[in-house]
Amino acid sequence: METERLIRTLALDAGHRQRPVGAVLAVALLLAMPVSVALFMSILGMRPDVRTAMHNPFFDLKFVVTMALAITAIVVSLHLARPEASLRGWGWLLLIPVALIALGIGAEMMMPHQRPWLTRLIGNNARACVSAIPLFSLPLLAGALWALRRGAPARPALAGAIAGLLSAGLGATLYASHCTDDSPLFVATWYPLATAMVVAVGAIAGRKLLRY
Amino acid sequence: MRDRDDEWTGLMRSAIAGDAAAYGRLLEAVTPVLRAAARRGLARAGQPVDQSEDIVQDILLAVHLKRHTWDAEAPFAPWLFAIARNKLIDALRRRGRRVFVNIDDFSDVIAGPPAEETVPANEVTSHLNGLPPRQRDVLQSIAVNSESIKDTAKKLAMSEGAVRVALHRGLASLAARLRKE
Repeated sequence: METERLIRTLALDAGHRQRPVGAVLAVALLLAMPVSVALFMSILGMRPDVRTAMHNPFFDLKFVVTMALAITAIVVSLHLARPEASLRGWGWLLLIPVALIALGIGAEMMMPHQRPWLTRLIGNNARACVSAIPLFSLPLLAGALWALRRGAPARPALAGAIAGLLSAGLGATLYASHCTDDSPLFVATWYPLATAMVVAVGAIAGRKLLRY
Repeated sequence: MRDRDDEWTGLMRSAIAGDAAAYGRLLEAVTPVLRAAARRGLARAGQPVDQSEDIVQDILLAVHLKRHTWDAEAPFAPWLFAIARNKLIDALRRRGRRVFVNIDDFSDVIAGPPAEETVPANEVTSHLNGLPPRQRDVLQSIAVNSESIKDTAKKLAMSEGAVRVALHRGLASLAARLRKE
């Protein structure tokens, strides 16, 4: 086919409007969220003392950190959906949740403690944490990847990894309301391990799915 | 170069605002630049340059299907060259070469003379037959036989809206097939 004809054909299709990637991602996450919530409620559910726990700043900090992870990863994801975009100038956003948890660790160190730091770090729910967060993240990851297919990332594996990060942030937000380990040391150890698993899945899937 | 980029950005803004003629002019204006860059990339990789037209068409399809990722506040050329670079690397890899394409390969290219179109591209045509029947018939009529949307609708006993939908889906399937190759 001559290129001239292809151009004429493309111009005839010019009226077709694609929705922006951000709008599609919002819809995808809103549709996937109930699936993850249903999984969460049927398998774990919130911890019974959630009302009193809310008065514990270290319980609340978990949500600040996981939400910060989800929001910054969403912002970076949408940026990377553009063909000319790279992490340069944007990657530092992902350090915000890291800084928040570091502040939490520092604050907890200043508090008088009965329990040694290693006990707090190991906690009681490590195994549940590293298996439940990936599980609740998977429906969100599927939705995010589906939406990001509308983008045109220069590095599909990286875009998939950031999609993994955003779904792990949301999945961890659900899990945090179940987990009775509130120490920032626990959060800084096991949540990243669970997140890394989701990021790896996202990178592998993104490599295939996000090419354009 | 500056003037050229500004002109492209202006045309793309009009295109996004619904001016199909501006869109056609833009695609025509970028094609010789893409062709020259594709030839240069092929030559560097030691490949026959007469395959450049397949790469040009692959880039044009991607530009079309991904145009919603262009930010109307940003200049058009960097966005275009990022897509072109991605597609050129893909094409060279498919031909069994590991290559690094410098972004400057595009930005400093001066359009070659239009007569440089040598071997007619055939990748798109060869994938046409593998499409679902309705998309294939619509694309055959519009892209190959240069019929209008109206005449295509009449000939295939479809509504014009259905022709437009099949046209868009056909272009998207073509791009997906080119990618999988």
